[in-house]
Formats: sequence, C-alpha cells, structure tokens
Amino acid sequence: MNESRILAIGSALVVVLSGCGKNEPAPAPKADAAQELIVKIGHAAPLTGGIAHLGKDNENGARLAIEEANARNIVIDGKKVKFELLAEDDEEKPDRGPIIAQKFIDAKVAGVVGHLNSGVSIPASTVYAQAGIPMVTGSSTNPKLTEQGLKNVFRTVGRDDQQGPAIASYLATEYKPKLVAVIDDATAYGEGLGNEVEKTLTAAGIKVLPREKGSKDTRDWKAVLTKIKGKKPDAVFYGGMDATAGPLLKQGRELGIKVVFAFGDGACTNTMKDLAGDAAEGFVCSQAGIPVQAASSKFLADYKAKFNAEPIQYSPFTYDSTHVLIAAMQKANSADPAKYLPELAKISHNGASGKIEFDEKGDRKNAEMTIFMMKNGKIEPLAIIKGGASVKYEDFIKSAAATPAAPAVTAPEKK
Amino acid sequence: MEIFLQQLINGLTLGSVYAVVALGYTMVYGIIQLINFAHGEVVMIGAMVAFSVIGWLAANTALPPLVIVLIGTLAAIPACVGVGYALEIFAYRRLRHAPRLAPLITAIGASIVLQQVAMMIWSRNPLGFPQIIPNTVYHLEGATITLVQIAIIVTSVLLMVGLTLVVYRTRLGVAMRATSQNAHIAGLMGVNVNQIIAATFMIGAALAAVAGVMVGSYYGIAHYTMGSLLGLKAFCAAVLGGIGNLAGAMLGGMLLGIVEALGAGYIGDFTNNVFGSNYQDVFAFLVLIGVLVFRPSGLLGERIGERA
Repeated sequence: MNESRILAIGSALVVVLSGCGKNEPAPAPKADAAQELIVKIGHAAPLTGGIAHLGKDNENGARLAIEEANARNIVIDGKKVKFELLAEDDEEKPDRGPIIAQKFIDAKVAGVVGHLNSGVSIPASTVYAQAGIPMVTGSSTNPKLTEQGLKNVFRTVGRDDQQGPAIASYLATEYKPKLVAVIDDATAYGEGLGNEVEKTLTAAGIKVLPREKGSKDTRDWKAVLTKIKGKKPDAVFYGGMDATAGPLLKQGRELGIKVVFAFGDGACTNTMKDLAGDAAEGFVCSQAGIPVQAASSKFLADYKAKFNAEPIQYSPFTYDSTHVLIAAMQKANSADPAKYLPELAKISHNGASGKIEFDEKGDRKNAEMTIFMMKNGKIEPLAIIKGGASVKYEDFIKSAAATPAAPAVTAPEKK
Repeated sequence: MEIFLQQLINGLTLGSVYAVVALGYTMVYGIIQLINFAHGEVVMIGAMVAFSVIGWLAANTALPPLVIVLIGTLAAIPACVGVGYALEIFAYRRLRHAPRLAPLITAIGASIVLQQVAMMIWSRNPLGFPQIIPNTVYHLEGATITLVQIAIIVTSVLLMVGLTLVVYRTRLGVAMRATSQNAHIAGLMGVNVNQIIAATFMIGAALAAVAGVMVGSYYGIAHYTMGSLLGLKAFCAAVLGGIGNLAGAMLGGMLLGIVEALGAGYIGDFTNNVFGSNYQDVFAFLVLIGVLVFRPSGLLGERIGERA
C-alpha cells in the first residue's frame, strides 16, 4: 500500500512538474545548442477521472519511446535531436480535446500521440488537421476517427468495426445464443461498439433485445439487469469501461443471470477481477490488437524497469505510435510536419505490437483482434482474429515466433 | 410480478443509501441554510478509508468478516467526522454571514480539493472494495436479495431511527432545533451555536461514513469520483422530500431510489422502446420537477416554515 501510495504521489508530482515545465520559457541556450534540435511530441489522455490508470499507462508508453529515441542520439538535418514529451490531461471530455489540441499547436509540437478516448480524439483531430499536425492514436478504436477523410490521422490499433464483429462472431460460434442483450454506456466508444456487435449478431440470424444504456459513471445496473433478466437472453454484451463493467457483472450474477457476459476492450482488464470478485470468472472480452503480454519482450522488460509497474493495455501501441512518428521524421530528415507526413503515411515499422503499416485511411493494415477469457483471476488470450479468421492463441504465438521478420514475442506471464 | 418485486428491492436498496446521504445534506441545510456540496466527497472519503482498513485487516488478521467490516466502518467514522469538522472550520464558518453564494462556491471548491487529495492518496484506479461479507443470495418469490442488500436496508433504517431519537429526545437535539429556528436567540439562551453547528456537520459526516461503506460493499468498487453523482442524487432526494426536514430526506431518498429502478425497468416497455433505460435519470428528475412545481417546498415541506 505504502509503496503504491508513494508511487501515486510521485506520478502526480511528475504530472505537476511536467505541467510546470511547459509553461516556463525555453531554457537558456547552452554552448552546443546550435547543434541541438528540440522536437516536441504531445501526448494526451485522461490523467484524472475514471480511467486515469489507462491514461497513465498510455503516457508511460510514449514516455518510454521518447527516452529510447533520445538515448539513440538521432540526427536530423545535421543536428542532434532532443525529443520532449508534452503530456496533457484531456479528462476524457470531448470538449477538452480541441482545447488541448490548440495548446499543443501553440507549443509547436511536431506530432501528437493520442488521444485515448475516441470521443475526445474525433473533435481534436479536426483541430490538428487544420494545423497540419499528424496525430497517431494507440487506443481510439471508433471507426469515425479515420473516416473523416483527414490526411493527418493515424492509428496503430484496430477499429471497433473490426473488434465488434470479432467478439460478436466469437460469441455466435462458441456459445450459439438465440437472444442477446446489448448494453452500452452511451459514449462514442460504447455505443459504437454496441452497434457493431448488434449488426454482426443480427446478420448471423441472432435476435438482439432493444438497447439498454447507462452512463460512464453508472454504478447501479440492477434495474437494467432485472429488466434484461425478465427477457431471458442467452448472452449479454456490454460496451463500456471496466469501472462500470465490473459492477455490472457482479450485479448480474447477484440477480441470478447465469449466461455468458461479453465485453469490449474497455473492460478487458485484470481490474475486472478486483471489481467483480468471483463473479468475474468466465467472462469473455476482446481487445483491438495483440494482448499486452504478447508485446515484444524488450518493451515489457523496459517498461517494468522504468515505471516499476506492469503495462496495462495500450502502452505498447502508444509506444509504437511515438516510434513511428520519430521513424517518419528520420526518413524525411525533417521534423517539419508538412515534410514528414508523407513518410508517415507509407511507413513500415516493426514495433512492440508487430509490424505497422497504414492503409489509405490511416488505419493499421491487418490489425489483429484478440479474444480473452477471465480464468482464475486473470484474463487469458483464447484466440487471435485476423482478417476474419480465428487462430488459437497458442498457434499465433508459435507462428509469430517462427517468423523472423516479426518481433520477439513472449508467452503470457503467469503469476 | 417477480420482476416488479425485484425492481422494488433494487430501488429500496438504492433509496436507503440515498436517504442516509440525504440526511447529511438536510441536517446542515436545516441548521444554517447551507447546501454542503462537499458532502458527497465525505461519503467517498468514508468508502476509501474503509477500503484501506478492511483490506488491511482482511489480509493480516483472521477476524470474522462481520467484525472486520464493523472495524472498517468504525475507522471510517472518525475520519469522516474529522473531514466534516474541518470543512465547517475552514470552508464555512468564516462565511456564515457572507452572501449565500460565497459558501456555495467554497463548498464546490472543498469538494474538488477532497477529490484530488483522495486521488493522490488512493490513486486514480477504480479500487475493488474488499468483498468479504459472503455474498449469500436469498430467493424471495422469484426475486433475489443479497446479504449486503439486507444489511444496507436494515442499517439505514436503524440510522434514521437513531438520528430521529437524537434530534427529538436529547439535549443536543433540543439545541440543534433551537439553533435551526433562530441561531441568534438560541445563542442568547446559552446554546453554544458554533459547537452545535460543528456537531451537526460531524453527525452528518458520520452518516456519510456509513453510507460510504454501504456503497463500497454493495457495488464492490471504490473510486475517488464516486461521491459526486451520489451526492447530487442525494441532494435531489433531500429537495424532493423537503430540504431541512429529516423525515423528508428519508422519504425523498426512498422515493427517488424506487422511481429510478422502476423507471429504468419499465420506461422501455411502456413507450415501446422509444425511450430506453438511458432515460432513467431523466425520469427521476422529471418526478423531482413535477413535485417541485406543485409543492415548491418538497413533499413534507421545509423546516424554514417554522421560523415564521
């Protein structure tokens, strides 16, 4: 307890300090400053509020990448580059997105990693587009983000319309339900995911109950669940984050709903075990991309060494997002957004989450989806779904390890 | 029928929590006409302290679960009482004769401070509240009720009875009622007004501590933002029943809980799914507005009326 408390205060201090840092004028030029190029990269995610833990995880991923790049002594346009991370708290609020975006633009960042939430990334993306600044998100999965026709928007993670069908078709084939209840938290993410799941289920001839909704702060799901129980569904899907999904699952079991519960990536965390207790056992969920424990072993070890914590979920993707930005700058030999943006669009980079290439919309090509199940208090990968085909997780790990081009992959850690 | 019964049980549990929190709002309002918007955060602090104490005891001792929860609650009470007292001293006492808007603003400020302090101590993560009371589920005519739910309803009824006895049967209660009717005259009659007001804050905070433990064990989650929405709902419950009125807070709380549960359960069916469960809060607030239109001082009326 004590250690984590110190860590919490410490990390809060880091935020405060980094917050102070950017308000101060640039430090007085040193002797070798003429040869040094400072490149600022922005990172935005909620650092307060219900999913602040995921926000901090994202930020850590980006921070790790920045430090690695600095250690490599990269030279761009004849000057030694020092990368700086500007970390901002977007509070998970859509209206904060454009404000933070403007702040980054005023600070003359070369690129942005983020935001975490789709609902925030979408309004922010248009502001970045106007300024011509590339943004690479490692966790916003709502399809709308890259469907706006913006040339500066990329993501290293999959989309809900790939994730929704993945978890829905897994449900349909493994559990063969006749009637499914779909609930969401009325956010861009939860509702979007719920819609995709519903579409896939309906297409497979499975009936779906009228949508039930809560909010991102809902803790009491009993009324909604009681209503659902009365309709006797064979499976329940919820699109939302773990902070609301945990109570939902616990209350569902208390009410005697015995059918399978399925979730999207927002609730695909080990925190679910703490929140729902024994009721957590046996739920299935999907994550866009590969599971965090399948990220490259170097990333996992470095993250652990630097932050003294396990990566939670999207940090490999924000780490990769940061690295692709830097790689594009190196290729273009410029940190000017207008010059390196074309290089970013056609980048091919082997990152912690595998090979990264973007399609014409800015989405990651051949993004993997993973299906997990909560077993003995930990979520364990069951299957990887890639291009519509489902591969057992063990087979995926084997084939990934066999391919020399792919990064080293470790087996899931068991504690 | 079993679904209706289940929704009633859901609503009663929720309502019991609202009622206990609403009592804290209504007591403070009754005595100094201040809406203590930081009260929801006091509930959160209670849940957090209980989380730490219960978690530690469960890991390091072999006491029976009920004793552990009791100790956790008893540890949360002084913590919350301390916070309540500090709020009164630092945020409100100096502003007692200031325009009404000023203490309202400090209340909001105090609630932000409490939230951020809690975030620094207990981290931003949603914490799994230790669920050590066996989650026994009882079946009742097809509906289910858990041991925790029964404990919540029983505890809140006991608290309400206890509080009523304190206010109407003790010297402290007499002094509180006197202060509420006219603080100045009560002072002339030898009542230490500052002490009584502080005591009111502390009793409200103690109730909030218990409510925090209830909410934590019921939902199995403690989080530094958990107080805001709960506080807002409980405030509405207090207004619904008639703010400043103890019985009103209890009635308002229960009513709001039941209306919310039934609203979420039946709006969809009655409107052919045009309106879904996402309208449950809208429904609850519609009831609130409806009541206030016809009875501006709430169902049971404000205590202010007595001042005239």
